[in-house]
Amino acid sequence: MRQGPFLLRLVPGLTLGLLSAPVIAGMAGTLSPAFGLDPLSRDGPGFAALISLGDWPGLWPAARLSVVTGVVSTLLAVLISLGVVATMIGRPGFATVQRILSPLLSVPHAAAALGLAFLIAPSGWIARALSPWATGWTQPPDLLILNDPAGLALVFGLVAKEMPFLLLMILAALPQTDAARRMTVSASLGYGRLAGFTLTVLPALYQQIRLPIYAVLAYAMTSVEMAMILGPTLPPSLSVQIVLWATEPNLTHRGTAAAAALLQILLVAATLGAWRLAELAVTRLLRRVASAGRRGAWLDGAFQPVVLILGLVPALALFAGLAGLGVWSVAGLWSFPDILPQNLTLATWMRAAPTLWQISATTLALALVSTGVALALVLACLEAEHRFGLNPSATVLWLLYLPLIMPQVAFLPGLQMLALSAGVQGGFAPVAAVHLVFVLPYVFLSLASPFRAWDGRIAVQGAALGASPDRVFWHLRLPMLLAPVLTAAAVGLAVSVGQYLPTLLIGGGRVETLTTEAVSLASGGNRRVIGTHALLQMALPAMGFALAVGLPRLVFANRRGVGLA
Amino acid sequence: MTQLSRRQFGLAAAFALMATGAFAQTWDQIVASAQGQTVYWHAWGGDPKINDFIAHVGVQAQARYGVTLEHVKLASTSDAVARVLAERDAGQTTGGAVDLIWINGENFAAMKAQGLLHGPFATDLPNWPLVDAAGKPAVVTDFTLPTEGYESPWAMAQLVFEYDTARLPAPPADLAALKVFILSNPGRFTYPQPPDYLGMTFLKQVLHGVMADPALLQNPVNPDSYEADTAPLWAFLDEIHPSLWRSGQAFPANEPALGQLLADAEIDIAFAFNPGRASAEILAGTLPDTVRTFVLAGGTIGNASFVAIPFNAANREGALVIANLLLDPEIQARAQDPAILGFQTVLDVSALEAKDKARFDALTLGPATLSPAELGPTLLEPHASWVARIGEDWVRRYGTAP
Repeated sequence: MRQGPFLLRLVPGLTLGLLSAPVIAGMAGTLSPAFGLDPLSRDGPGFAALISLGDWPGLWPAARLSVVTGVVSTLLAVLISLGVVATMIGRPGFATVQRILSPLLSVPHAAAALGLAFLIAPSGWIARALSPWATGWTQPPDLLILNDPAGLALVFGLVAKEMPFLLLMILAALPQTDAARRMTVSASLGYGRLAGFTLTVLPALYQQIRLPIYAVLAYAMTSVEMAMILGPTLPPSLSVQIVLWATEPNLTHRGTAAAAALLQILLVAATLGAWRLAELAVTRLLRRVASAGRRGAWLDGAFQPVVLILGLVPALALFAGLAGLGVWSVAGLWSFPDILPQNLTLATWMRAAPTLWQISATTLALALVSTGVALALVLACLEAEHRFGLNPSATVLWLLYLPLIMPQVAFLPGLQMLALSAGVQGGFAPVAAVHLVFVLPYVFLSLASPFRAWDGRIAVQGAALGASPDRVFWHLRLPMLLAPVLTAAAVGLAVSVGQYLPTLLIGGGRVETLTTEAVSLASGGNRRVIGTHALLQMALPAMGFALAVGLPRLVFANRRGVGLA
Repeated sequence: MTQLSRRQFGLAAAFALMATGAFAQTWDQIVASAQGQTVYWHAWGGDPKINDFIAHVGVQAQARYGVTLEHVKLASTSDAVARVLAERDAGQTTGGAVDLIWINGENFAAMKAQGLLHGPFATDLPNWPLVDAAGKPAVVTDFTLPTEGYESPWAMAQLVFEYDTARLPAPPADLAALKVFILSNPGRFTYPQPPDYLGMTFLKQVLHGVMADPALLQNPVNPDSYEADTAPLWAFLDEIHPSLWRSGQAFPANEPALGQLLADAEIDIAFAFNPGRASAEILAGTLPDTVRTFVLAGGTIGNASFVAIPFNAANREGALVIANLLLDPEIQARAQDPAILGFQTVLDVSALEAKDKARFDALTLGPATLSPAELGPTLLEPHASWVARIGEDWVRRYGTAP
């Protein structure tokens, strides 16, 4: 017992140490080819890679595309999520929204994108449903809907995929904002729902969801799978081009890929900085609005229906796309303009069945180990921070977020080199460790703000009644934060389940998971197989999210007001 | 053309002869050491049919030699190349994670140039004499690079075009007719976006058809005449691009994506690097049984798929056993079965023993597969320097602004 605090004090340093070795190795692995320092470089040390990147005529359009689609999709996802919460808060049906959304979070990005693509393509489900009776189309029209040069399809896909994540983050943070009473007070003062939410709840809420929003922005700017399926290709976004260069068979453009990865890090950093400035500007604006005393009640009539429709359309599209993939997984021949397959077959599922149990077990074990360790470390760090008054510096935060914004193809060779040099040959433990590198940041950013926002007066009261800090943590803080803890765990599980390249490269091909199977099969573009594996891949994290939503209700069935908003 | 390939074959054979005896072990010793080994075969995992075939090879390897075969399914072959490269850079010269790798073309050239491959081994395999190296020069020449025994072939591939007779009764007969079809049917043809390998193959096929002297393609690019040599290719593309699918503003990513467009009726003519693909898809019930294939007059580009062994493979003996097993007539006939893969064999079927020949004779072609006579001549892959130059130029001309 006496050693407890001492050990606890060491955890933040230990966690940083654990994380910094792989991050530094990964960065070194990226930087050295960018400056011609790796053994493969033809020109020796120098700026040849940077020059070849500058010579690429698609550089400016690709970089602009990454920034614009990233910012626009994040902005839309944030505004719509906040609008939906403002509209629904305290109303019946709010809990249902949450229950419906959770499984969407666990949909693999590639599957979500393929589902959406099948829905909106000129030969897709919507066109099939309307053809030929309404459209007169007997064959698909030649319309540029997917891969449009402006990236609209990509923005749509990103919004649909990131909205559930943001909503879940908001829902985990709400209990720490005392939202219900703030809304009541603002309503009694004559404020409309949207205005009241924006002026009273949002300031407390945004503090807590800022880090998840940054993660969404970084993800949207660097996403590969979604951009490959839905985004423009002439040129593609910078993130996709990096992968294309890095995987070129003649190995001549790895330096260019590394240089582009470097550029991408700078772009993300600059965009995050710009976002922060915009936050400050919006804060000033809202202060002015607040002191002007406008009640804004008219906003509700005008915007609530719009917000609900904007929230519903992407969610429904995501569901419909997944349903489409589900139908594909049992489809025989399915030609345009048939709305359903001509015949059904279980062949695709039977093919997947023999190895299913084993690879599901491996996947689950990896996810549980990496998420469990991440959760323990993050909770210990946050508790240490609270007890000893520590404050993470900006450098520490960057270290934490680098694995999220680095392109994995550029980041992993360095990591692999570290593992190989250390004599690590692949297998379960190294793979679980590399999953931890990617899981830990997400768990941290999901949990940190709700943890810090917990009302400290409860701890003081507990201490006044004679409870030790440990007892306060285990019996008050942790149970009251069960919802955000479980949400963070579910996010961690989903992140671990989604890892393809780290599992393959660090595992040396020895560790087979649902995702290594699914991603390699997805490279064949076969919708039947992709449908099957997308559903399987969803199932594991979906169970996690079901627990995240359901467990607090069960545990707190006899305690009103604890758990969810 | 034929003469040229003969000469190349002779060269390769000479290399192979020089290499004979490089094995310190006899084949029996290799088989004995292989027993109990687990071979990790890194191979593209995007096609369930191929995955099933590899699983079957694994069953056979276990039954015949006591070798366990694990298929490491890749989204891209370069993932395995990256692993071997990292191991070399980390100084790991033995016990590597990759035992066998499905490879050809540029990946092979790059790995060979980097000294990442074990060999020569291919011509020492007991089943090598069955391979039709004289009739199918692509099995010893990979993108004009002599394989020198550093990779062993296991399947032949040739470019064939696919179309649905329900929508298109009479397909174009040659490249000029294909252009007429594209111009008169806007939006019904496209090709995968270079540098995707199938998209590059289409460019090579066009170049072959429009170039004044296609024999030049077997030599490295001559920088002085490159502009003039390739001008007809760019003229051809400039002419068809406005009439392509999506007016050339978007391109499918790869072969599966192109095949999906045909299945969705978004285009009328697709193409694939496997003459048996359409038949296999029809038999699997995923393409309508009205789909047929055709080739262009004058021949289409063909090449071979190979397996290679990294220099530091942990289970080298087991990998050799698998490479040899892939050349077994029974396995080869299974790969050629239209209901399994529809891959053309690398063996000289006419020279096989009666029992083995019968396995091939028993195979039907499949509903959409052309007979060897109908497939026509196979054009050899151009020298790799053409691919690199044309790929870069394509991106410069069309790849960055729709």
